[in-house]
Amino acid sequence: MTSLAEIQKDIVEEFSIFEDWLDRYNYLIELGNDLPAIDPQYRTSEYLINGCQSKVWLHAELVNGRIEFKADSDAIIVKGIVALLVKVLNSRTPNEILENELTFIEDIGLRQNLSPTRSNGLLAMVKKMRLYALAYQAKEQQKQQP
Amino acid sequence: MGFNIQQIRSDFPILQQKVYNKPLVYLDNGATTQKPQVVIDTLSELQEIHNSSIHRGIHYLSEKMTGRYEAAREPVRDFINASSTNEIIFTSGATGSINAVAFSIGEKSVDKGDEILISEMEHHSNIVPWQMLCERKGARLKVIPFDQDGNLMLEALDSLLTDRVRIVALTHASNSLGTINPVKEVINRAHQMNIPVLIDGSQMVQHGKVDVIDLDCDFYVFSSHKIFGPTGSGVLYGKEALLEELPPYQGGGDMVDQVTFESTTYNTLPFKFEAGTTNFMGAIGLATAIDYLTSVGVANIGQYESELIKYSLDKLKTIEQLELYGKASHRISVFSFLLGSVHPYDAGMILDKMGIAVRTGTHCTQPVMDHFQISGTIRASLVFYNTTEEVDKLTEGIEKTIKMLA
Repeated sequence: MTSLAEIQKDIVEEFSIFEDWLDRYNYLIELGNDLPAIDPQYRTSEYLINGCQSKVWLHAELVNGRIEFKADSDAIIVKGIVALLVKVLNSRTPNEILENELTFIEDIGLRQNLSPTRSNGLLAMVKKMRLYALAYQAKEQQKQQP
Repeated sequence: MGFNIQQIRSDFPILQQKVYNKPLVYLDNGATTQKPQVVIDTLSELQEIHNSSIHRGIHYLSEKMTGRYEAAREPVRDFINASSTNEIIFTSGATGSINAVAFSIGEKSVDKGDEILISEMEHHSNIVPWQMLCERKGARLKVIPFDQDGNLMLEALDSLLTDRVRIVALTHASNSLGTINPVKEVINRAHQMNIPVLIDGSQMVQHGKVDVIDLDCDFYVFSSHKIFGPTGSGVLYGKEALLEELPPYQGGGDMVDQVTFESTTYNTLPFKFEAGTTNFMGAIGLATAIDYLTSVGVANIGQYESELIKYSLDKLKTIEQLELYGKASHRISVFSFLLGSVHPYDAGMILDKMGIAVRTGTHCTQPVMDHFQISGTIRASLVFYNTTEEVDKLTEGIEKTIKMLA
């Protein structure tokens, strides 16, 4: 499996071919459209990350030591960014998620979309993904203790 | 002075810039307006050569600054045609003004079971202070509804204006629907029952003539930053007799006459409502902005904007997927809309990259969104420095946005 760092590098390369901002957004829209909608049972307030303007839903589950993320958004460009986050962090071990910095967002110029003033739910989503990793890591460690 | 749009645009340095390499099309004036060069110059002059605290200094600078601050009341008084500068209280903004009235009138005349009447199209700033008052006093908040076009339903007043209503608080113009409300009629009806009325002029003063004597409103509030002045400043107008009767809102320096540990007597108007060191530079900057507006001519602005409104509506109508929220015929140049199933946030992001600044979301009027059962809109809000060319750019931008997201 490609490492988390390599996937981030791939994404940055993909984005580097776009000179115009609108092309970048077009690509994000494409990614958003390609990401399957989250199972309706998770499109509920329990899994909602409130962003005020756009909504993000996130579901996480530990399968064979790796975290499976399912996520969605009601805004398509936000969903495109969600798709990228899922692409990078999905099916990773909690340790991998916690040990790697998410650098690609800044590198492809989307940092402003993760600023706390952008009430789109993305920053909260990243935090929540890391929190899941922390929680599952703690759980795993507990299991390993005699 | 005639109305020369190019001259006017050149008075606002920020409008000359490019964003993302595209000329800035600033259509978020409902949130805040840009400042003309004279306001910017005044503020830097005050900082550079006049800075000194007002009202207490014996020295040269303090006396100068006090003079400038007190003189700032006159253009404001003249602008809204108040009777006296004693009725012009400088606050931190419209929100500060409303909170002051909600507190003071609440202390004086609101008891358990009383009612406060607002409208369904109020900005959160004209809802929450009243809700807090209701909670404090056990009073009830009542709401005048609006119809599907965004017109206030005056017929509801008959049943809503009861003898338990202690104040009516109503926006002059809606920041999300664009409606100009028939405030004079509401004031008249309320006064027949001796109920005072507060008018929130935050979205009106920058668009047309306001005459508080003609309206006969008891309070009128607005923010400086929405009328081309500096942020953090605003005005509370109140009828002098009413302000005399009300207890002060905040305690502190400047608003007092004699202070002992046993008791304090309060200063006269307008100082009674200006506790602490006020934002005196903001107030002077506001007066400069008003002088600027007056030099352009409020009537000229009104006429230019009514043409701009007509042009914008005609243009927006050409976009098939565009649904306008707020179709009142008597309106300001604020346009709230949705584009089919396009999420407003997506549209806002794309328009931004075209250099077009709009606002998306609920615009601090969640009840308005609830009325239409939508989660938000895209809002373009124009003032007299905007042009028909910018409306064209907005229309083209919207069409491109729809193409990208469809």
